[in-house]
This record gives sequence, structure tokens and C-alpha cells, in this order.
Amino acid sequence: MRTQGRLRLLRRDYQLWIMIMPAVAVVLIFNYIPMYGIQLAFRDYDFSKGLTGGEWRGLHYFQQFIDSYLFADLMTNTFLISLVTIVVGFPAPIVLALILNQIRRKRLKNLMQTTVYLPHFISVIVLVGMLNVLLSPETGAVGYLMKSIGLGHINLIASTGTFIPVYVLSDVWQHCGWNSIIYLAALSAVDPQLYDSAKMDGASRWQTIRHVDLPALVPTIIVLFILSMGGILSTGFEKIFLMQNSLNLPVSEVISTYVYRIGIISNQFSYASAIGLFNTVINFVFLLAMNAISKRVSDTSLY
Amino acid sequence: MSNVTLKRADGRELAFRIVLGAACALIFLLIVYPLYFIVIASFSDSTLVSTGKVLLFPRGVSLFGYKEIFGDGRIWTGYRNTVFYTLFGTLVNMLFTMPAAYVLSRKEFKARRPIMLLFVVTMFFNGGLIPTYLLMKDLHLTNTFWVFILPFCVNVFYLIIARTFFENSLPPELYEAAVMDGCTHFAFFAKVALPLSKALISVIGLYYLVGHWNDFFTALIYIRDNKLQPLQMVLRDILLSNQVFQNGAGTGGAAGGYAQRYADQIKYGVIIVSSLPILVLYPFLQRYFEKGVMIGAVKG
Repeated sequence: MRTQGRLRLLRRDYQLWIMIMPAVAVVLIFNYIPMYGIQLAFRDYDFSKGLTGGEWRGLHYFQQFIDSYLFADLMTNTFLISLVTIVVGFPAPIVLALILNQIRRKRLKNLMQTTVYLPHFISVIVLVGMLNVLLSPETGAVGYLMKSIGLGHINLIASTGTFIPVYVLSDVWQHCGWNSIIYLAALSAVDPQLYDSAKMDGASRWQTIRHVDLPALVPTIIVLFILSMGGILSTGFEKIFLMQNSLNLPVSEVISTYVYRIGIISNQFSYASAIGLFNTVINFVFLLAMNAISKRVSDTSLY
Repeated sequence: MSNVTLKRADGRELAFRIVLGAACALIFLLIVYPLYFIVIASFSDSTLVSTGKVLLFPRGVSLFGYKEIFGDGRIWTGYRNTVFYTLFGTLVNMLFTMPAAYVLSRKEFKARRPIMLLFVVTMFFNGGLIPTYLLMKDLHLTNTFWVFILPFCVNVFYLIIARTFFENSLPPELYEAAVMDGCTHFAFFAKVALPLSKALISVIGLYYLVGHWNDFFTALIYIRDNKLQPLQMVLRDILLSNQVFQNGAGTGGAAGGYAQRYADQIKYGVIIVSSLPILVLYPFLQRYFEKGVMIGAVKG
């Protein structure tokens, strides 16, 4: 009986199956096979035996990473860059959304929105290229202006002290507008009656922002904050990689760029997989911890 | 008494408006000025640019940078490759994503929850760079254009946006009526669902398009062959690795000095040339962005 029912369902839905199969196949091949291949982190890589055929080494490669002289530096750099990115980059779109939401004239608001979303569409390469040409102390306009107001000959793109500020501020410049969309969406869902009654009570617009707008954003803020904490050790690879040079490397080498160097450049596949997996696990622990804290404190959680 | 409070309120409102206006002006300038500066610097004399003399208007106008850029074979190869990867890639993205999203929006499809889970898991877990790289090698996808097209052609976030859109925009009665007329899922999808989702197709198509256009990671990891390099990798050579231009300093001597003098103009120009297609598309499509995020936000 059951199999007959299933057959009937299959006959009814075979077109749906045909439509979803390509997507399922692609995800199984390109997402799930590499997940199965994570065991490489616990094995030697044996070219002749493929991804999972090498000898089992247990936690050997993890031990190697933790004992490595670079371990402390990599962890600090990665953690520091992420932390500053979150501290500076997380509140920025909230503030921006609150400002944009206050604009009453429709045309002006549209113009502002169009403007602030724009940098998001510039490629990382172009962004880093812009930083290089503008900030270069020899030929860049910003470098020149800094010299002329007496800030001296500071190479903003190639010194250890300025790497993080340049990285984080340019990140805010590029993505702050785009990231504000989700907050603007939340603000547009606020019940207009709340504004009316705030007005009746004689609240100024500043007070309205504090007591109506901001509370309306809290659930969104919490969820996005938990998610960003889950990425505390996953600084984006691309921008850091492109901004690296021999002078800022002591602060700019992070786990993801190190995995690239060890794995793709030096072909130490097992070691690089272990480092990558180590990173993922720590991120996941952070995500779970933040979620648990948030559940206790505010009743908001991801699941 | 009430007159006084009213005045005070007016004063506060005025102050608020001034602060708001100033904040908006500041934000606007912070974003627009660097972009404007790149544009004017791309056809100004590099020496004037680097000594801070070009601030509001171009000075010492010359099109040398652009001439060099358009005379460089690498740029054209990169452009051609990127246009191909972008168009073909986006087409494949849509062909894989849209039907899947439609299926996942059908309530009567029994496997919809497990399959959805299969997709969602990949948002949080992945095999990491090295196992993925080795897989591509085993499949002989490295150093072929397919690596830009096929792997990861379904973005789960966009899939969810599209599924939610179909769920909200196709009332069940519509499908029931169509079935009465002997309509199959294929026909319903092609003749009813897709024509009703032009806004959705524009949004997701644009997201995919920009993703392909700006992608350099794929090429960095999987492509060694110069003939297959996309525009972004060519840009990286010119902008970041400080490689001097093909028919510039490589020939030495005087030509070297010449190229050096204009090297920055070339860099500014190349930024414009590579971003132009996106910047041209942008004003026409930006009104859809918010809609896209909102559709997705309804049910993350």
C-alpha cells in the first residue's frame, strides 16, 4: 500500500523532481563532497589514493598548528581585525538607517539611498586599488595632504599601525549603506500609530528615535549581532589578501590567508585543512555561545 | 504658556533639521567625493593629482591613460572573458535557482522540508578551501571556464528569497484553476510563475551578475592559464602588483620614465573602465535592491 502511494506521488510530482534535481545535484557535489573531505584534516594526503585515502593521523595536524610559532600571531591578528570590524562596523549601519529614516522628502531620501548603496557594488580589487592610489605617500593625494598638514611621512597602506584602521574604515565606507537596508526595512514596518501618539505626547524627533525607532530595531540587531559573532574568526579572505604587503604582514596575516599560503601555494593540503577546520569550529562555538547568552538575556535567539 | 512650549518645540525641530541636513551632506560627500576624484584624476596630469592640485576639476587634461588602457591586449581579453563568464554564469544561475525555488514553494511537494534543509545546512557549514580545491582538481575543472559557471551556481540565500516570493505571489487558487485546464507544473512555471516574477528575476539576476563581474577569488584559486583570466585578475596585475604596462616601461629607458609618469593616470582610468558596466546598470536597477532584501527579510 505504502509503496503504491509513493509511486502515485512520484507520478504526480515527477516534473517537480526534474525541476529541483539540477540544484540538488550541484549542492551535493560541490558542497557536500568537500564536507566529507574534511577528514583530510585528520589524514595524510596521498595523491594516488584521493581525498580520503591517506593514512589516519588523528589530531597530528591540529597539534602542529597549535605548536607552530605563528599560532599566537595568527590568532591575535584574526581576532583583532574581526573585533574592530564588529565594534566599528556593526553600529554604523544602524545609525545610518536611523538617519536616513528621518528624511521626510521622498526624492532626497531616494537620492541618499542610491548613493549609500553604490560602493557595495565596487569590486574588492578596485577598492583596494583605490586605497593604494589615494593613500600612497609618494603619489597619492591623501598622502600629500597629510604631509602638507604636518602629519609627516606615514605610509598608510604599508605600516603595521595603520593597517586595521584603513581596513575597517574602508569596509564601513563600502558596506555600511548596503547593510543599512535590513534596518530600514525593519523601520518601515513600525506602526505609524506609534509615531502619531509620540507626537501627541510632545516627543521631539530625537526622543522618537530613542523611544520608538531604536526599540523597533532591537530584535533585528540581536539576530545580526549573534550572526556576526559567529564570524569572529572568519575575516574575509579577499580584501585582507589584497591589502597585504611585506611591511604590514606582521599584523595582516590571518588564518584564511595563511590557509591559502600553506594549502594552495605550498601544497600542504592536510595541514591547511586542519587549520581551516580549527577556524570553523571556533566560529561555531562562538555562535552557539552568543546564541545561548542572548536567549537568557533577551529571549531572542536564532532557533 | 502653550505658545512658549510651541516655540521651544519649533526651535528643537529646527535644530534637529539642521543636524540632520549636515549629517546627510557629510555622508553624501564622504561617499561621492572619492568616486568623483577617481573620475577627474583619470584624465588629469598625474603630477598635479599627486601634489593635491586636482581637487574639484580636472587639470592638465589628457586621455593618455585611456589610450594606453584601450591599447592593451590583456584588458580586452579580460573584458571578453568576464563578459562571457558573467552572462553565461548568470544564465546558468537562473536556470538552476528559479525552478528549484518554484518547487520548494509548492506546499504539496512532500520532500520540500528535507531538501530545504539540505540547502540551508550549506549556509553554515562548508568543507573549506582545501577539500573544495582538491575536488575541483579531481573533476578536472581547474583551468577551465566551467569553474566560473557550474560550482556554487545555486546561492542558497537567493534561493530562499525566490521561494518566499513564489509562496507569496502565487495564490493556490491560480494553480488549481490551471490544473483544471490540464496545465502541468512545467507549463505553469513557464507560463504563469515566471511572467509574474519580473521584479524578482531582475533582483536576483542582478545579484548574480554583480557577483560574477566582481569575482576574482575563483580565478585566483583555480585558474593558471592567462587566456582564461577574468578582468579582475588583470586589474589586480595593473593596480596592485605594480606591474608596468605592456608597451610601457618594459621597453626600458625613456619609455620607462614616460610610463612611470602616467602610471597613476592609467590606474585611475582602469578603475573607471572596469567598473563602468556596473555603474551604468546601477541607476536603472537600484530600485529593485530594497525590494529584494525585503522579500528575503520576510522569512529569513
